[in-house]
Parts: sequence; structure tokens; C-alpha cells
Amino acid sequence: MSWEPIIGLEIHIHLKTRTKMFCRCEVAYFEPENSRTCPVCLAHPGSLPVPNAKAIEWTIKLGLALDCEIAERAIFHRKNYFYPDNPKGYQISQYDEPLCRGGRLVMPGPEGDAEIGIVRAHLEEDAAKNVHVGGAEGRIGGATATLVDFNRAGAPLVEIVTQPDLRSADQARRFLQLLRQTIVELGISDAEMEKGSLRVDVNVSVRPEGSDELRTRTEMKNLNSFAFAARAIAREVERQIAVYEAGGEVEQETLHFDPGAESAPPLRSKEEAQDYRYFPEPDLVPVEPPRELVERVRAELRESPATRIRRIAAELDYDLSEELVTSGRDRLYERVPGDRRGVANVLMNQFAAAGVDPEAVDPEELGKLIEARSRIPRDKFTEALAASGDSGFAAEPYLGDGLVADTGELEPIVEKILDANPGQVEAYRGGKEGLLGFFVGQVMKETQGKADPQVVNELLRQKLS
Amino acid sequence: MAITKEEVLHVAKLARLELSDDEIDRFTDQLSAILESVDKVSELDLADVEPTAHPLDVVNVWADDEPRPSLPVDEALANAPEREAGFFKVPPA
Amino acid sequence: MKLETLRLTAEEGMGLLERGEVSAAELHGAYLEAISERDDELHAYLRTVDEADGPSIPIAFKDLISTRGVETTAGSKILAGYVPVYDATVATRCRETGLTLLGKTNMDEFAMGSSTENSAYGPTRNPWDPDRVPGGSSGGSAAAVAAGLAPWALGSDTGGSVKQPASLCGIVGLRPTYGSVSRYGIVAFASSLDQIGPMAKTVRDCALLYRIVAGRDPCDSTTVELPQPVEIPEREDLKGLRVGVPRELNDVEGIEPGVKEQVDRTIERCRELGAEVGETSLPRSVDYGLACYYLIAPSEASSNLARYDGVRYGLRVTGDDGVRAMYDRTRDAGFGDEPKRRIMLGTYALSAGYYEAYYGQAQKVRTVIAQEHAAAFESFDVLVSPTSPTVAFGLGEKTASPLAMYLSDVLTIPSNMAGLPGLSIPCGLSDGLPVGFQLIGPQFSENTLFQVGHALEHAIEFDFVPGRLA
Repeated sequence: MSWEPIIGLEIHIHLKTRTKMFCRCEVAYFEPENSRTCPVCLAHPGSLPVPNAKAIEWTIKLGLALDCEIAERAIFHRKNYFYPDNPKGYQISQYDEPLCRGGRLVMPGPEGDAEIGIVRAHLEEDAAKNVHVGGAEGRIGGATATLVDFNRAGAPLVEIVTQPDLRSADQARRFLQLLRQTIVELGISDAEMEKGSLRVDVNVSVRPEGSDELRTRTEMKNLNSFAFAARAIAREVERQIAVYEAGGEVEQETLHFDPGAESAPPLRSKEEAQDYRYFPEPDLVPVEPPRELVERVRAELRESPATRIRRIAAELDYDLSEELVTSGRDRLYERVPGDRRGVANVLMNQFAAAGVDPEAVDPEELGKLIEARSRIPRDKFTEALAASGDSGFAAEPYLGDGLVADTGELEPIVEKILDANPGQVEAYRGGKEGLLGFFVGQVMKETQGKADPQVVNELLRQKLS
Repeated sequence: MAITKEEVLHVAKLARLELSDDEIDRFTDQLSAILESVDKVSELDLADVEPTAHPLDVVNVWADDEPRPSLPVDEALANAPEREAGFFKVPPA
Repeated sequence: MKLETLRLTAEEGMGLLERGEVSAAELHGAYLEAISERDDELHAYLRTVDEADGPSIPIAFKDLISTRGVETTAGSKILAGYVPVYDATVATRCRETGLTLLGKTNMDEFAMGSSTENSAYGPTRNPWDPDRVPGGSSGGSAAAVAAGLAPWALGSDTGGSVKQPASLCGIVGLRPTYGSVSRYGIVAFASSLDQIGPMAKTVRDCALLYRIVAGRDPCDSTTVELPQPVEIPEREDLKGLRVGVPRELNDVEGIEPGVKEQVDRTIERCRELGAEVGETSLPRSVDYGLACYYLIAPSEASSNLARYDGVRYGLRVTGDDGVRAMYDRTRDAGFGDEPKRRIMLGTYALSAGYYEAYYGQAQKVRTVIAQEHAAAFESFDVLVSPTSPTVAFGLGEKTASPLAMYLSDVLTIPSNMAGLPGLSIPCGLSDGLPVGFQLIGPQFSENTLFQVGHALEHAIEFDFVPGRLA
């Protein structure tokens, strides 16, 4: 029996506005606890919310980038539940009249485009931060108290919900990367899982290939990286298949992962369906996005990552093209002259490792550097790359004398010479160190003088010792 | 009974109210009477009527993304029943 | 010179100050003295402020108006000792005009009630007869004004909590158009219904106070600019005005004959003053108004009161176990019966499976009520009725049955559901107790209400000083 994974995602991104969603406290990053609060985000009696105009505009921008329909009329709802990180006892969110609906994210690929449906994108406010303290070592959940910091309470979040259109753990990972890149390019969020500005919950089920049923799904929460999410999804898919093949039934469960201990098995819980008693937020009036606003924001959108992947894939392959775009290096790639694959490979490997901001680089100069890379010693090349973002960078000083310094190229030649002269090798090893010059000479003859003598020397010494 | 004792208990749990047995009995009676009374609204056939979204016809009330000063930490914590350093302290969740 | 505060209106008080006949401190002191004389019996105040902190006349605030540095309890134990770190916008506007805070007045807990008997701090007594209620939930503010313990006061009105106590205490009370006065800093009961309203001895005083507090507040997204400036009424006739008498509001079962007599007499006065008076109808608004209100208000309240959880302020009751037990015990100990009933009712009405039938349906009834009033206003400028079916009832008389108490609001609720303004003026006595006359207008028609109220007030010449205190 062949099985097909059915995967849907719920993504929360933290908008990088200056102030919170419903009050004008500055959004805090690493500030002392409770130093960015006010009567509104502390839910003091009598406080009232006032929406952040920028957050609304940016949500519309995200909706347009995801090909969503922007609602003619959207309202806020109250989602009622009790928890220490929820000061009002309700979260202001959106329910059945969200700001953005019915979009898609297109993932170009060698077999054609995969369209992943976006059910909706809506605005809501973040909860406070709970710190559980106390508790004996080794006891799970043995906290003696909870400390609450409301700095984060009220920060603006956009929740994006996909259709269950993803069909593999790897596709889910690539989707997240593409979505993240799309969001980052809009300038509305840093969308970094490690920093908490992007959170992902996953819904996973499986079904026999070819059928169109939807079976019970498992929810996974608190995944802290795309790679980990992919692994967790794959494991869960395997587990569910095993359950069905053994004749059992998959139960509805939520898996809570421990972000601090990846290898720990997740806590499983059968959460009772919560009754959130949604009702329209009476302290807020409806949002009817003016047409001029929507069109202005639409006009500001740049070329989508998907379009660029497709274009670049024409000269490379989809995988490399996708990597370039989702890592934010494709614009540089398109401006650097030279052999396409060579440039792409350097950008994705050595350049990536150098950690330089692609926006800061002079593409012409980088192009010269990459073209000459086989003639530059490795460490010098690394040094040059690290400096390539500096203003006024020029490749010239690093290009050297045109000698081949790449050990990768020289090593086989050195070995060839040594293989061809076993007698001299033995003599050298017996003490005739003067023979080093002979070997150097042979390599130079073989490379028609193009080899860098220093590198050759080094290689010979290594191999003769 | 328009509302049963079990329903009252369920609702009290949702609303995080710990009621005494006496309260449960008393409230079950009273809430039943009130519910019977407010159920009157179901007499009307209002299929074609829009619910009132807002008493006023106002939309798009937003504020610019400009910061205002936050409370000093001591004021934020001024009424806290229990605190630890700069945090609000509560029993474990 | 001992200043007699029983009869002094706010306008007169401001005149005295302007002419230098009295200082702000003296005026403030005179009221504090009156309070020490009469408030032990009446219990209109929960706490007073000793020093005048402004150059103008004093004012009393219902204790759900946040006052920075001054305890604010909303009449509940769950906020005992809570001292706000910010001022409500209406408090700021009063302060900026120079008004000085006299004190915080008693109220039904979280504004839930019609008699002030639901206060966790003991009831307030009616200055006309201390064995009777002052009405509610703004009973403390009404009693304070009526007994000369404040020149004027702010109350709040959700189902009638300004109009009804004004009626029972023989003073003037305005429930403004929804959205004309800021709710920022007002301890919330029902967000789509709550409004802060001025309570005073005369219509002109009411208008003056309304002018101070009304207008859009950027901190409250549900407020708007007034379409016209507030006019302080002058005219003493009603020529050119059309007064409508909705039969359902005037024929409700339970209207006392004495009340009906005074109201009918006042309607006759409208004619005498030159108004065109005619009958009209609000076919379903009165019949279904109470049910509509007692679904929507508790639903919103159940959510608004969720923040009282012992975490950040107010009462906390802990045990040995976790935070959920803390919530449960704190809320059980901190809330009185009426808030508990309404929280549970609201939670039920919003819960899964019941939302459409209860809350959803009630919001549709609300639309019907608004439409019926709008239709009536096509032919009339104001609609009139008694404010309350009865005069002040006895303490303890209606506390056994929540439903009996709810009926006190049957006449004030319908126009509230439509977000419409309503003014209550005293129009006479029945068995020695004040009767209130309710004037209802379309949205933002306060100037018309003031005009009609002022003309009637001038004609009726009601003596607002309670007989037993004169």
C-alpha cells in the first residue's frame, strides 16, 4: 500500500512595527521585564484598544504578495480563554471575517509549479511571556511559580493558514523557506524562527495514495527550525503509516516539542476542544480597506521570489535556483558577471560562509574575484570574500600573479610526479633533502611554470614526510 | 429547567468561578428563570435582518505607528498582588 | 458664611467663584462638610478627597471612573485597594477645565443593578426617603447631587443606570448618544452600551457638564466628533417641536398610577408650551428590549470581566495549588451574586452551539429596535415616556428576584439598545417621591433634548431639594 502525507501549516509572524498592535508601547527587544507596558497591554480596568495602522497596511501587503483577496470588510473578534500570559482573558484576533482570504504560494519546480493554497492571513496580538521557575531537577512540570513579563503582550502577529496541500516533509521545508523569503523581502518581519519572530505549527495526516479522504491529523507545536520541522514531520508520517498498517487508528493528538531539547520525545496531549466563545470585538470598529490603499500597496510590490526562481532555473537547475532565491542571494547572482554555475556555487558556498551582506557587494569586482578563483590561494580567496562587502572593495590586489595556487588542482600533479620518480622519493626520504628542488622543478615543468612555487613546496613537503 | 445543574457547572468552569453547592443550586434556579425570559428573542423570525455590528456607522479608526511613553516598571507593578523583581508572580500554570 | 449646598447649582457655584464671592477651597470644604453631616446616613460616597486640586467647582465621580492615585473599586471587592495609574479621559477633561474631585460615589457592582443594593460596600439610601433605594447603578452619584453633597456628578448608563437613578432621586440625568463620550478609563460592563452621563440639578448644568466631557477621544476607537457644538438651552417654549408618545413605552404593565399621572400631566404641558404632540408606536422594541439587553450586556460583560483574575491587580485568593485554582477562588470571593449571574449567563449565551440562538439573535433584535426608533423619528423630534415604571422602591423589596429588579429598566433599555440619547427630568411627585420624565431623541440630538428638558423644567418648577432635607 502506498501512502501520501497530507501536511498543512499554521505560521505566525511577528510584524516589525515600532509599536504594539493595540497600544503605542514600543515593541520591546531584550528590554527589562515589564518596562514596555501601559494600561492597555496590561489590561487595566477601563483600557481600550486602538489598532496600529501600519500593521494593517503590512498585513494587506502580505495578503497581496500571497495572491489573496483583500476583504472589503474585516472585523476583529475576541477569542476568550484564561491563561496568565493573556491579560484581558481574551485575545483580540480575527475569526470569520479576516483581512486576507483565498491566496496561494507558488513553488516552481522541474516538474512544473506546485500551488500551495493559503486559506487566510489575519491580524492578532501576541501573548505575554511566561517563565516557569522553581521545581526540582529532573521533574517535568514541577514549577513552583510562574513569572510573567508583559513586554511582548500586544505585539502584532499575522497568522497565515495554508490548505493541506503539502505532500512531503521536504516540500514543507522548502515551502517555509520560500514563504520566509517572501515575507522578509516585503520588509514587514524578520521572520526568524530562532529569534521567535516566526512560529510554525504543523498538521499532519496520511492517506492511501490516490484516495481523496482526509484522515485524523496530528498537530505539532513548538518546532524551532525548518530542518527540525522537516525531520519531525517525516517521523510523524512514518509513525502514522505504521499505525495504519498495523491495523490501528491514528488518534487526534497534539505534540508539544521542547524547543530547548530537540532530541527529547514530544509531550502528547489530547487537548479538549476549547470553547473560545468568539464574538465581534465591540471596542473596535470594522476595517474596510480603502481601494486607494490596497492599490498603492500593490504597486509597491516587487517581483516575487517564485518568478525569480523560475527565471534563474532556466540557466541553472531548480534546486540551486531555489537556494539562491530563498537565501536572498539571487539579486547579487544576477548582477555578477561570469560563468553562471561557477558564480552560483561560490555564492552558495564560500560567499555564504563569509557572511557578507549581498546588498553591500560590488558585483563587477566580485565577478573578477570569482573568475580568478583557481589562481588564488584558498585562504587569500576567503580573505577577499570577507572584504567584498567593504565600500570601495577592489578585486585587483587579491588576483595575485596568475599562478595556480589551488591545492585541488595541484595535488594530482604533485602525486603524478612523485609516482613517476619513486627512486628520488626514496632517496629524499633517506635524507637527501636537496632533492626537493628537483621535484619542484618537475611540477613547474608539468604546469608550464604556472604553479605557485610556495604551494607546490608545501604540498611536496606534506607528501614526502 | 431552561438550564441544568451540569450546564451551570460547565459554564462556571469556562468562566473560572468556583461555586459552592448552595450557589450552584441557587444560580441554577435563577439562571433558568432568566434564560426562559430572554429566550423571548427566539419568537421573532429575523432571517432577513442584519445583526447590529456597531451602534455607530464608523469604520477604519486606526492610529499611526508612533510610540508613546510606557509606564515606569514600578507603576506597571504597582497593584501587583505578588511580584518578583520586575515580574508579576503567579502560582504555576 | 456657611454655604448652603442643598440648593446650589453648578452654574451658580461657578458664578460665585467667578465673582470672587467664594474660593475653590471654600466651596470644596462646604461640600465636605455637607458630606460629613448627611452621608453617614445616605452612604452616597465610597471615599472623598480632602483637598481641592483645581480652581473651579467640585464634581463627584461614580467609582468606575479611573482616577489616578485615587482608589477605584467599581463597587466590587475584587478591586478593593486598586489604585489606577492613569486617569479616565473624562476625568482628564474635567481636571483640565479646573473641576476638582470631591470623591468617588457608590454604585451597583460593575454597574450591574438598578438600586445600588448590589454594591459590595453596602447600599446607598435615597435622600427623599432613606428606607428606599436611590436607583442604580449610579445611585451614589444621584443621591449625592440630590442631597447637596455635590453640585454635579458623572455616572454611567448601560441599561438606564443614569436615567433611572436620576428619576428616583428627582434630578436631571443624561444618557448621551453612544460614541459621544469616551469610555477610556471607565471600568467596562457592556462595551457596546456603556456611556458616561452627566447628573445634575438642572438641565443647563447637565448640558454644561456634557460639553466638558463629550467629543472624540483617540484612546477610544468607538468615539466620534460631535456633529454640532453643545448648546446650553435658553428657550422656554416648545413651538415647532413634535413630541411623540410611543404607546408601548407608556402603557407597560407595572407603571404606577401616580407615575402615569405625572407623566400625562407633563405631556399636556408640552402641548401648552406649543409642541405638537402625537401618538406613535414602537411595536417590538419594548416587548423584546429587555430580553435583547439581558443577552447582549451579560455576553459582553462575561468577556470584559475575565481580566479580574488576581494576576496583575486587585484581589487574589491563593491556595496550595496552581494558577487555575487561584482564578476560581479569587473570582468566587471577589464577585457578588449579580456579576456571577451575568457572567454565567453571558458565557452560556456565547458558548458553542448557543451563539446563533442567543447572542446572534439578540443582535438582530437590536437592529429591529434601531429601525423602529428611526421610523418614529421621521415624524417626531423627541419621544417621551416615564423614565421608571415606579417611584423609589423600598430597600430589599426587589432583591429576592433578579427578574423583578431587571424590570426597573424596561423603559430605559429600548432606546439604549439603539445607541440613542435619553434625558430624564423630574416632572412631579407621587406620594412624596420624585417621578422622572424620559425624553428620547435620535443620535446626536442632545441639543434638542436639552431644549425640551429646559423648557419643561422651567414650566414645571420642580423643587429638587428633598422635602425632608430642606
